[in-house]
Formats: sequence, C-alpha cells, structure tokens
Amino acid sequence: MTAPEPTASQSGTSALLDVDNLVKRFPVKTAQGPGELLAVNRVSFQIYPGETVGLVGESGCGKSTLVRLLTRTLAITDGRILFDGEDLGQVDPAKMPRHPKRAKLQMVFQDAQDSLNPRFTAYDAIAEPLRLLGLKTAEPSIRAQVADIAQLTGLPVELLQRFPHQLSGGQKARVGIARAAILRPLLLVLDEPTAALDVSVQVVILQLLADLRRSLGMSLLFVSHDLNVVRLLCDRILVMYLGQIVESGPAREVFANPRHPYTRALIASSPSSGRNPAQYLLPGEPQSPIRMRGADVAERCGFHGRCPQGQALCTEQAPALLPLPGQADRSVACHFAQTLLNF
Amino acid sequence: MALLEVDNLSLEFRTRGGTVQALEDVSLAIDRGETVGLVGESGSGKSVLSYAMLGLSDAAARITQGRARFDGVDLLNADERTLADLRGREVSMIFQNPRAALNPIRKIGHQIEDVLERHTTTLRKNREAAAIACLAQMQIPDPQRRYHAYPFELSGGLCQRVMIALALACSPKLLIADEPTTGLDVTTQAAIMTLIMEKARSLRMATLLITHDLGLARAYCNRIVVMHAGHVVESAPTELLFTQAHHPYTRQLIGATPIGRTRLDDLIAVPGGLPDLRRADLPSCRFSQRCDRMQAHCDQPLPRRIDGDHLVRCHYPIDPALA
Amino acid sequence: MTEMTLWGHARATASDNPFTLLAVFMFAGFLVIAVIGPSIAPYGPLASNASQALTGPSAQHWFGTDSLGRDIFSRVLVATRIDFSIALSAVGFSFIVGGFLGAVAGFWGGRIERIIMRLCDMVMSFPLFVLAMGIVAALGNSVFNIILATAIVNLPFYIRVACTEVNVRREAGFIEAARLSGNSDWRILFHHLIPNALPPMMVQVSLNMGWAILNAAGLSFIGLGVSPPEAEWGILVAEGATYIISGEWWVALFPGAVLMLAVFTFNLLGDGLRDLIDPRRRT
Repeated sequence: MTAPEPTASQSGTSALLDVDNLVKRFPVKTAQGPGELLAVNRVSFQIYPGETVGLVGESGCGKSTLVRLLTRTLAITDGRILFDGEDLGQVDPAKMPRHPKRAKLQMVFQDAQDSLNPRFTAYDAIAEPLRLLGLKTAEPSIRAQVADIAQLTGLPVELLQRFPHQLSGGQKARVGIARAAILRPLLLVLDEPTAALDVSVQVVILQLLADLRRSLGMSLLFVSHDLNVVRLLCDRILVMYLGQIVESGPAREVFANPRHPYTRALIASSPSSGRNPAQYLLPGEPQSPIRMRGADVAERCGFHGRCPQGQALCTEQAPALLPLPGQADRSVACHFAQTLLNF
Repeated sequence: MALLEVDNLSLEFRTRGGTVQALEDVSLAIDRGETVGLVGESGSGKSVLSYAMLGLSDAAARITQGRARFDGVDLLNADERTLADLRGREVSMIFQNPRAALNPIRKIGHQIEDVLERHTTTLRKNREAAAIACLAQMQIPDPQRRYHAYPFELSGGLCQRVMIALALACSPKLLIADEPTTGLDVTTQAAIMTLIMEKARSLRMATLLITHDLGLARAYCNRIVVMHAGHVVESAPTELLFTQAHHPYTRQLIGATPIGRTRLDDLIAVPGGLPDLRRADLPSCRFSQRCDRMQAHCDQPLPRRIDGDHLVRCHYPIDPALA
Repeated sequence: MTEMTLWGHARATASDNPFTLLAVFMFAGFLVIAVIGPSIAPYGPLASNASQALTGPSAQHWFGTDSLGRDIFSRVLVATRIDFSIALSAVGFSFIVGGFLGAVAGFWGGRIERIIMRLCDMVMSFPLFVLAMGIVAALGNSVFNIILATAIVNLPFYIRVACTEVNVRREAGFIEAARLSGNSDWRILFHHLIPNALPPMMVQVSLNMGWAILNAAGLSFIGLGVSPPEAEWGILVAEGATYIISGEWWVALFPGAVLMLAVFTFNLLGDGLRDLIDPRRRT
C-alpha cells in the first residue's frame, strides 16, 4: 500500500482560507417568543492554494449561509475568516464591495439566469468587475481582457453582445464563470453551478472549470448536493449537516469509506452508487436548527434521532470533529466513527 | 394488449414564432406492473407526451397524427367526461414541484378527501379516516396532525409524499411520475423512489418515470425509452440499454453521466444543442446535426429497427449486427 | 437561441389587438398636432370677429365659433400643445421624482421607507383633485402650477410602485453578483435596480397621462390654472358650458369630444404597452 501523498496542509504551505469556529445566528420569531436560528454552528476548515474542496450537504444544512458568510455578503455572528492573511470576518458586508481583497474572492452562482442583469449584455456583465475593481481600466484594455477570458471560457465573441435571455443555459453558465474569473481570483466559490443544466452541458462546464483552475491557478470551493459531480472535481470534501461539518477528508477516501452515518446515507442514496439505498434510508426529518434565545446549546448530536447508531452517549455529548487515529487529514464528528463496520 | 399504447403520435404547438414540432411519430407501450423510464434532456418532449396522453395539453397544441389507448379507451378522442373519470382513478400523475401542485389554501387532508369523493364510493363519514390512512401509508409521520396541515407547513419531501398519497388514493393502474424527485435532496429522493416502487409492487401498478437523470432511471426502471427533440430514439430493457446502447445519442448521454468511478476526463460532451423545432426544414433525424456518425442517407425517413425488445431508430446504429 | 425582435413583437402585439394599432396612430396624430397645431390653424386662436359670434359648424368654421367669434377648430388645435405639454411634464416629473424616492425607500427600507411612505399617505389622504385645487389656489394660476399640482398629486402612486418593484428585485441573484463585482449600494440602485424596476412603471405612465389631461382640464374648467383667453381644452369646455342650454351645442361639444378622444387614446395605448412589456418572453 503506497503512502498517501502529502496534502497541502502537511507540506507546510499556509492556508489560503482559514475558517475558525464560524457561527451565524439569525433572530427569528417563534410561537413561544424570540428565538434564533443557528444556521452555522462552529464551522472550521482550511482551503490551501490550488486545491479544490467540495462542500456537500442537503437543504437546510447551512451550506448556503456558509457560502454567503465566506463571500462576505452576510455578516458573521462569531468566529474568524482569514483570507490571504487578512481577517475578512470583521469587514462589514456593506463595505466589502470596495475592499482590496474583493477581487480575489469571487463566486459563481447556482442560477446563472438569475445572477445576470437582464439589461446587461454578456460583455457588460463580464466587464463590470474589471471596470470597478481592476487595475487597467482603459477601454481597449478592458476589451482585450474580456476577449481573453471569453476565449478561456469557450464563449464565442458574437455571443458577447447578446442578452441573457438570448443565451442557452450552458452559455449563461459560462458568462457567470467568465465574470467571476476575469479578475483572476485566488479563491472561486461555486454554488451548485451545474444544478440547472442538462447532463450533456454539465460535462462541458465541469471540464471547463478543471481547465480554468489549472490555467489560472485558482482554489475552488465547490458546493453541491450532487455527490457524483463533487467526486469528479474535488480533492477534499466537507460534509455538512445541521450547521456543522460532520466529516472531512480526501474525496476518494471519504467516498470509499465514509465514517459518519450521515455520509453513508448520503452516498448510498445516490442512484449510481451501486448500493441499495433501502438499507440506508433515513427516517423522519432533520432536527430544527431553531431554539429559544438564550437557551443553552444542547449537548447532543444533531444527527441523533435519524441515525442508525443512536446510543445514550449521543444525547449527552455533542461529538467534536476529530481526526481519525493515524490520519491527520481525515476527521469525523461521531462518537462511533472508528467502530462502524466497513461500508 | 399493453395497458398503455401510444402509436405514431405527432403533436405540434402553434406559436407566434412559428409551429413547434414538439413530438413526431412517437410510440410507447407500457404493460401492467412495468416500470418504464422516459429519459431525455430538457426540450426532448417527454412532459409534452405525458400531458398529451391525458388530454392536458396546452390550448395551442394540436395532435396531427397517431393514437393513444389506455386499457382499450381511445384517449385522444375521448370526451372530457371520460377523461376526467380516468384521471385520478385509473391513471394518476405526480409532478415535479409538489408545492405548486397542491392547493395552497386547503388542508392536505381535505385535498385527499376530494380525490376519494370524486372517484370512490367511500362514505363521507369514513373519508377522514381513509385520508389519514392514506397519509400513514406514505410513511408521513404523525398523520393525524398532518391531516390538518397546509402545504406551506410541510417540507418539499413531505409535500411530495402527500402528492403521491393523492395520486395513489384510488389505486390507479398507471402512475405517471414527471420528474418526481428533481429538486429534492438525494436522501429524500431515495426515500420517495423506494416508496413509489413499493406501492407499485403491492398494487401491481404500471409506472412511467419521466426524468432527465439517467442514473435514476437505471436504478428504478425495468425498461428505458430515450427521447431526443421530440423523437423516440431508442428503447430497451434497462441493463441492455446501458451495456449495449445502439443509438449514438444514447451512448453519448450515458457517456456524459457521471457514475461511481468515472474521472472527469472520461466523460463525453455531447456537442451542439437541440435543433430549433420551429424550423420547417427539420431533418428526418433530429440528432444528425450533432452526430459524429452522420452519413448521406441519414436524411431519409427514420427506420424502426427491432431486435427482440430493443428498438432503435437510426440509419447507422452502433452495432454491426443491426446495420 | 435568438428570440423575436422588439419590432417583430410590437407588430405581433398590434396585430393581436387592433385597438393598440389604432391607439398608436391616434397618439402619433395628436403629437403631430401638438407640434404643428398653431402653424396649421386656419385662424389665429385669439382672432375674434364679433360679427361671426356663435355661428354653427360650417365650411369656414368646422367646429363653429364661440361668443367672441373665434374659430373653435383653431383654438382646439392650438390647445393640444398646452394640454400635451402639461400632461407630459407633470407625469414625467412624477415618474422621475416618484420613481427615485420609491426606489430609495424600497432599497434601504427601515426608517427611510417609513418616512417616505408616511409622506405618501399624507398626500393620499386628500381627495386628489381637491388637493390639486388647493395647490394651484395657493401658488397662483399658471401653467407651471398646474403641472406642479398634477405632479405632486400623482407622486404617491409612482413612489409605491417603484418601492414594490425595487423591493422585489432587491434579493435577486444579479444584485448579489453586482456586490461581488464591486458595486457600492448607490451604484447598485442606479445601475442595476432602477433600470430594471422602471420599465414596468412605464405602462402606468401612459394611463396617467390621460388622467393628467383630465386633471388640467378640470382645474381650468373651474377657473384655476390656465386663464382665458389662452386656449386649453378645459377652458374651451367651460366657455361652452353656458351655451349648451341656449342651443349653441358646438362650443362645448367639440373641445369635449377631442378631450375625450385624447384620454381614450392614452388608455388604449397603456393597454398596448402593457401587452408589449409584460409577456416579452411569451410565445
């Protein structure tokens, strides 16, 4: 058995993005009085230069909120977000558009149609970040840079004069990617970029992303609920449930041998996994992330109640995200991670 | 005789921008108890086909040729009364967006009772209990309480279960499921599909699963029909389709779908896009413009090559045995 | 993947609803008259001829003459310019100022929205015509004050529509994308939100113009605003009102009919505009 390749973390390079105990609470009104929704509950992880990290989880797990915290369109409640050496968590979202680091942290949205101004041509949409945040803003220079990124993203020049409603789904996706990449960001966050696309178009876009990250040297945070797609593109993955990361590690290993019961259910439920989903069906619904304001953080596992394991310990103590013995880059938040039978 | 038979169905839409040839010469058959997957990308005509069969097409639609028969009843020429009797009782349909398909201002329990009232002889005093029983059968937790709930109070997965409860309340012979799990989480999807398959088995119900997800069709269907731009291009038992696809489009579709061990570089991109179905000069084979096997004779009317239960409509299919 | 051009869609809309086509032609006609009216009027609008007073419609005077012998047809033609100017200016002002205030309210919400909405409520709590009367009476009779009064009375409508349209679009994906592209809040408001929120309001503009003309005519009718001997449709109707009983029906009828036709044109045009703008992507 060959030794695993040293990961970026082990080889000593510092992290591009270092998220430390990130928390986000939303005030909500409940029938019993003021409460809060704990959308992100002490999330910590790192992303290193040049790597692609996948973030998977189902609806309600908090990944959309996490993404907005990272891109700074939402204010954090607690914790730190260190990006390229700077604590961005402290920056007010209203001031973020003009921040020096804005250009280096960009995002591609899930619904390309919705993310494009219907009155802007593709050219306008792609050129805008350059005009506002770029260094060389003379018109000829802008034209050249837009043409350059258009070519890198496979957009024929004629299409640049079209409006979003005149473009196909795949073309709109490319415009979204070109717009985000034109400033050569260090980290590109992609929020389900292929969810709305036909499978044949999806392939093209994914291959495009792979080429782009190589040629532009970007790190990617790829958020998706589609495990098959995540598997194709990602070096490492993070699995999220109810506002917390329940498992993380190299993609290949997590898929081959998941150690959290939720990850197992997730992987087994995918139709092309080759597994019988009936064996891993999860009963019921996820616990509510809403609790009364001021109430103590419940010391129990968020997955308890739907978990096939479910023991007394799970209701008394919340499992921490801990590395598996002997594997520094593989962490699981489960009391029984090591005792689970092989997948 | 098959339970559902569609023969040579052609349908067009008259629009301001031209006439859209949405379906051309489509044939389909489903037997009792079978689960057939109708697979195709957006714009392939799969939903149009299912609506046409039930007489639910848009007002601008016109059927220009073909027949559709359910259990002997001519669907296309039946009057609205006959069709209304069929729908819900013999043939049921569930849709992609469950929340949109439920009446937002009525309690779900009452909506189930509506179906029971319309199509069964359940007495009024027994309907509430029957509705709660339906909910319980769909493994909806706490059915007593959910009876009184409104759709907005339920999650997407629960709404879908309610819709299935509505669809199966009268034990129909055929269930048409149009993208029933698109938009749902994968764990919810597994639960919903398992539920549908269990009910299909216990009721000996035929199921037409319409989806763009080839993986989903493979996991749950006995037979798969592949559509492209309003044509049926191939139809075969599931495993046969995946191991020996004959039509170039099917091969490419399979090649573009990521499964377990594929690497990104192994995936095939299907070049080009759908042809504009408003064109008057559409070629006989609507895939020919995107096909790397196109030959001169591909502009002839499409043949129908049948080998056992494997049908392919192509002049130059991939398999020397059939050429 | 190209959809129909705007022109093609316009043509189709017009062919769907022949009234729209009619409205467009009528509007164009009115516009032409507003521009060249005074030049083509057969008689000067102020040229009185006592010997010809109160003569009915004839070959020399198509619409007859009024009590001072002035040609009513000429006066109606010339009045077109004033009425149109009033309508366009008043509605234009309301649209721009109201649109801006509403957009600001809709975008930032909170206290700003509450203040602006309460201002709207204050204006809306008056019967609008009475308020217009009050404003003109307070500021004095002049065309400018009619325009101002009409504009103010119309503001709440545009403020509310703009507020809603911006509110709805505030959470759209492209707004968030605009933030990531480096747009500050004001840039987002002016470059992204307002250009998208305004077109639906344009439909209301046309309907409003009809009302603005009626408002101006009404004010002039009761003696506020445009004063004689200037020609304005409302004044012409007022001048003719006293003669209806004595049998000189033409003095009031023709200006009234033209007024009605103008309002009708704007309403039809508004319907057509709505069809044009709304289902732009509908097949």
